Amino acid sequence: MIRTLALFIFAVSASAPVFAEESSPPWSMADQYFDTDEMAHARHHILSHHGATRQLSIMADRLEVQSADEGDTLVWDGNAWYGGDVNKLWLKSEGDYSLESDELEEAEVQALWSHAISPYFDLQGGLRYDLEPKGRTHAVLGLQGLAPYWFEVDAAAFLSSEGDLTARMEAEYEFRLTQRLILQPRVEAELSAQDIPDLETGSGLTSLNAGLRLRYEIIREFAPYIGVEWQGSFGGTADYLEAAGEDSDRAVFVAGIRAWF
Amino acid sequence: MFNRRRFLQYTAAGMATGAAAAPAWARTSGEGNFGIPMLQGNQFDLTVGKFPVRINGRATEATGVNGSVPGPLLRFREGDEITLNVSNTLAVDTSIHWHGLLVPFQMDGVPGVSFPGIRPGETFSYKYAVPQNGTYWYHSHSGLQEQSGHYGPIIIDPKGADPVAYDREYVLVLGDWTYGTPERLFAKLKKHSDSQNFQQRTVGDFLHDASEEGIGAALDDRAMWGAMCMSPRDLADVGAPTYTYLINGRSTADNFNMVFNPGERVRLRIINGSAMTLFNVRMPGLPMTIVQADGQHVQPLEVDEFQMGVAETYDVIVTPQAAEAFAFVAESIDRSRQAVATLGPRPGMRAAVPQLRAVPTLSMKDMGMDHAAMGHGSMEMGSEAPAAMDHSMKGMDHDMAMPMDHGAMDHSKMDHAAMGHVMPDPTGPAVQMVSIEADIEKGPGVANIAAMPMSRLNEPGIGLDDVGHRTMTYSQLRSLEPNPDTRAPGREIVIHLTSNMERYMWSFDGVKFSEVTEAIRFHEGERVRLTLINDTMMPHPIHLHGMFFDLVIPGAETSGRLPRKHTVIVKPADKVSVDITAEHVGDWAFHCHLLYHMAAGMMQVVSILPAEATPMEDHQGHQMMDHSTMDHSSMGQGEMDHSKMDHSKMDHSKMNHDAMSEEDMKR
Repeated sequence: MIRTLALFIFAVSASAPVFAEESSPPWSMADQYFDTDEMAHARHHILSHHGATRQLSIMADRLEVQSADEGDTLVWDGNAWYGGDVNKLWLKSEGDYSLESDELEEAEVQALWSHAISPYFDLQGGLRYDLEPKGRTHAVLGLQGLAPYWFEVDAAAFLSSEGDLTARMEAEYEFRLTQRLILQPRVEAELSAQDIPDLETGSGLTSLNAGLRLRYEIIREFAPYIGVEWQGSFGGTADYLEAAGEDSDRAVFVAGIRAWF
Repeated sequence: MFNRRRFLQYTAAGMATGAAAAPAWARTSGEGNFGIPMLQGNQFDLTVGKFPVRINGRATEATGVNGSVPGPLLRFREGDEITLNVSNTLAVDTSIHWHGLLVPFQMDGVPGVSFPGIRPGETFSYKYAVPQNGTYWYHSHSGLQEQSGHYGPIIIDPKGADPVAYDREYVLVLGDWTYGTPERLFAKLKKHSDSQNFQQRTVGDFLHDASEEGIGAALDDRAMWGAMCMSPRDLADVGAPTYTYLINGRSTADNFNMVFNPGERVRLRIINGSAMTLFNVRMPGLPMTIVQADGQHVQPLEVDEFQMGVAETYDVIVTPQAAEAFAFVAESIDRSRQAVATLGPRPGMRAAVPQLRAVPTLSMKDMGMDHAAMGHGSMEMGSEAPAAMDHSMKGMDHDMAMPMDHGAMDHSKMDHAAMGHVMPDPTGPAVQMVSIEADIEKGPGVANIAAMPMSRLNEPGIGLDDVGHRTMTYSQLRSLEPNPDTRAPGREIVIHLTSNMERYMWSFDGVKFSEVTEAIRFHEGERVRLTLINDTMMPHPIHLHGMFFDLVIPGAETSGRLPRKHTVIVKPADKVSVDITAEHVGDWAFHCHLLYHMAAGMMQVVSILPAEATPMEDHQGHQMMDHSTMDHSSMGQGEMDHSKMDHSKMDHSKMNHDAMSEEDMKR
């Protein structure tokens, strides 16, 4: 018995390279009836169109005006991706534009390679470039996906060209009040491993935003929303703000649009 | 239960009434089938193109055959040589697949598998004669054209007497229509897989459940599903309002109309030609007697409702006595909407449209995890290991036999009885046929593996457990004609239906069609068991081209009357076995008939390899194998004369070495 097995395995291994050279199609019986090249083309087509199609997704997750006592701010948080089921190229961008002073307060773009590592999580790595303030570049390593109990999470660490290490974590949840009316709590926290005086950022937990948005999906791809958000700064970051005569926390009303294509 | 005498009475009565009128197939459309253009004879000219249509009162554009949705009814006779000239006026390739028809494989119409497809401006002539009769259908196998209206019905009239007697007949083709493009719909599913589901559980449902069952139980239930990121309302990927459901191209508002005279036996040939929708079919107040399933006659079974997978067909007889309008209701499985037609004593009547029923919610059993059901399941599985499956061929030698090309061995000279296909001593040790099963691991494409799959053939389908009237289960179906091949299968191929709903990835054994490097191989002449295990949370209508399979019903394996089908719904966490006689050599498509599951990768090819010799040139490594050391003793060596077997014709190059894992070899 064992000898048979051994011989069998030997036979398999001995003949394997021969098979590899043949590069035979997975099936080919129709080649007897039709032009071989045409069949090869059609075979390639059906295979690639059943599981290997790529998609382009564009999404404005938050495109909103935040109203506070100090004035209104336009905030965007969007992404686009292109790719297949496992590997995708992601672009992410977010920023604030002050409607009061007519200037960009914060803006960044990220270009990330995304690779699915489990049923619900993608590992993402790439670069982030800060348009405002000060044009820093960061290396990015993050994890994005769906945590148990339907929490959508996105966590990333950033190592800047100045050597600063920071991190950001976002989590969203959705309560379906009806099939189209959805209440979405959202939390975003930023952390820093060190004090960054240039950015008026202290070490530790630097900021925490907690919001509640109520959207109505007129169609799934387009939903206007309203909501409230509490935005707070902590530790050294709060000290910087207070030294500048600003509040370390505030509450804002938001109104915006969530849309995807 | 089938009552032979009653059935014969039906037949006699039908023939008496039928004799007065023209044969059913020769009647004008006014006497039945009206609303669908009909073509009959043995030469058919079909043109595939784009054309404007009006659906549910709204102008839209279809892709289809001869300018109608559904396409024309094709009617011909069993055994007739027919020619179908299909011209393509589209800007892209097209094709027509004849669903359920036993055609030569190069006429099966799957681009890239059985032929190259039909190029724009070209005409392809399909020629075949089929040895079967019944209700079938056709549809495109190119791109997503099926969703846009490229489907239509086929009736093959029997060569001899029809065992089903009827006075009048109608074809009812069920469909799901979207006014958007199917490509866009598929893209939406890939990006946000739950975006077309408007039947999700809401906060309101939670409050309702909490008041009924207590807040703890309602929370526990949410926690169980939430922990796995699965939705118990994932009943259909696409429902209303994206879809408008149709009967012969008509919505409920368009009210497809059928007429009858009270007391007539009306045959309804129902075809689920939709892209993605399983339907619950019922006619309130009118029992339906199922006489055919997938074009194959079954012993008459009277029911009030049945669930119909995409691509399945059922012929039912109804005998309305009252001169009133009856509703024919096709309700989508997610109960987001329905299509209603009217069967009335006069044209133009409108039956009362029933209210949509409450949306069903999946249970943990659908995940293959219900502990209460596990005992039950193992009982079923116990009865599923029948004597018919037993072989006296066992262990190693059988494993060795498996990867060899049995097809190339001359079976006719092998004494199968002597090989131990007969029943072994029932008191002896349980012996199983060799089973080929891939290891499935969780990963990006596989979110769940059913821990305890079990046969669910005795269940009517999602949402029909508690409807308060008689529902069909597969386990009730029996073929009217004896099964042509009752041999026990020589081997079993297990295939898992796998998915990650969140990423909208669908596959067999975790391998998308785009990743397939090797077809599933059957050998001409062999009897093989295909066992399908559903690791996903959705029911999948699985279709195998080119052959009928016998649905192995636990407890009825040896009845010789197993229902023969071309498409079978595999329920969530279900384990379904079908026995197949590999007869028709060729490459045959094998896939989930939910269009976007297929497009996402839930497809494979089954190659039936010819029994005749293959060239010696391929014969690498043969000499390395020492046949004398193989243990054939338990195969009944005495009766099996190796000298009569042509070993030189065994094609070792076709040996499926990959499929044979270490574990297989150790077993």
